[in-house]
Amino acid sequence: MITKRIIPCLDVKDGRVVKGVQFLGLRDAGDPVELAAFYDSEGADELVFLDISASHEGRKTMVDVVSEVAAALAIPFTVGGGINTLDDMKKILRAGADKVSVNTAAVLRPELITEGAGFFGTQCIVTAIDAKYDDELGSWRVYTHGGRKPTSWEVTDWAKEAVARGAGEILLTSMDGDGSKAGFDNELNCAVSEAVSVPVIASGGAGNSQHFLDAFQKGKADAALAASIFHYKETSVAEVKRFLREQGVRVR
Amino acid sequence: MIGVIDYGMGNLYSVSKALERLDVPYFLSARRDELMKADGLLLPGVGSFKDAMLILDETGLADFIREWAEQGKPLLGICLGMQLLYENSEENGYSEGLRLLKGSVKKIPYQTEQGEALKVPHMGWNSLNFVNSSFLLDESADPYAYFVHSYFVDETERDAVFASADYGVSVPAVVGKKNVFGTQFHPEKSSSLGMRILKNYTNYVTGKVNS
Repeated sequence: MITKRIIPCLDVKDGRVVKGVQFLGLRDAGDPVELAAFYDSEGADELVFLDISASHEGRKTMVDVVSEVAAALAIPFTVGGGINTLDDMKKILRAGADKVSVNTAAVLRPELITEGAGFFGTQCIVTAIDAKYDDELGSWRVYTHGGRKPTSWEVTDWAKEAVARGAGEILLTSMDGDGSKAGFDNELNCAVSEAVSVPVIASGGAGNSQHFLDAFQKGKADAALAASIFHYKETSVAEVKRFLREQGVRVR
Repeated sequence: MIGVIDYGMGNLYSVSKALERLDVPYFLSARRDELMKADGLLLPGVGSFKDAMLILDETGLADFIREWAEQGKPLLGICLGMQLLYENSEENGYSEGLRLLKGSVKKIPYQTEQGEALKVPHMGWNSLNFVNSSFLLDESADPYAYFVHSYFVDETERDAVFASADYGVSVPAVVGKKNVFGTQFHPEKSSSLGMRILKNYTNYVTGKVNS
């Protein structure tokens, strides 16, 4: 039987992990390779690296980070952030990433998904969606540019469009839940998970182990992603998995 | 020495790095005169079956791989590389494979026999059922492997399946017959179980174990 995945997410800027990773016992808390190895040893099923570099140099550095992580790790990882062209995808995948995630660039030019899936296979192309509930729409609206710009897309419509174009997975972030630690948006996750045929990764709002259980049982997610609760050691991947196992959820 | 077949359809970096971590000598090549010198071959693969077979046919590598296997020399296919070892695939219309193993590659159904919905691709960590013993597998090890694929091998010989995974259908996961082997998952991404398979294969190639 397939297991539910727990995925820590690391923000990388100019080759360094940023956003307050508070780990004792690491020589260098900002080193992506060291952190990746740490999460691997804790039982993380996959990792996501989000490149938040603003400069061209920062992006080039990301390619080196990817090849170092790939050399050290025997679990899969996804790289997102600033992937705008087929060439960007090539560089990251050739450096050893297993998947690339596209967000704003895919909304602006959906053919990017089609091209990427055609060239590398659907399994390589993750579509990341930032969604926020919209009273007027009576549903969730898709946002781009790091959540700053609303689009005309309703979330399940965009998810279906992305999958029809070859997205192999949806990384779904609830902007309402992000950073709240009040739990994943299970209604949103459930709506998207039932609308598409590919796996859905729930993101935004993780605060404790119960929230992961809810994401799988109520939100029908296939995987769940979190950042700060793992980085700040409020809980650990191993602890979350122990809880899920006790509750009868299959985990690795 | 392991020869990794570089025909433009694989994530060669991660396989190469895994071999380096295991301290196994290897080289990448698309040339038969170079690949001829290897003790065992690795056929990686990501992408579509049809595209991969077109390249292998055009470059003459398909014939080379068939001759290699018929001479009893070791070959391990990974992911799409494993599917290529079979007779044919329905991915993007019908195409013929290398025909080294019996079976057809089919799309994973979107629901179980009981009508329960299934996500395709089959993506994530799944546990293996050990069907037939093989030097490739250590059954006492962690049984999880990382899968990511939308097609699976159907109608194969049960004797040629060492381990399978349940995903609505029974997915052949580690396969082999005589000197030809395959894994549906990526061993280089499958933590301890995967690394052990690669190590066991390379030991077999260098004559440290017998099949």
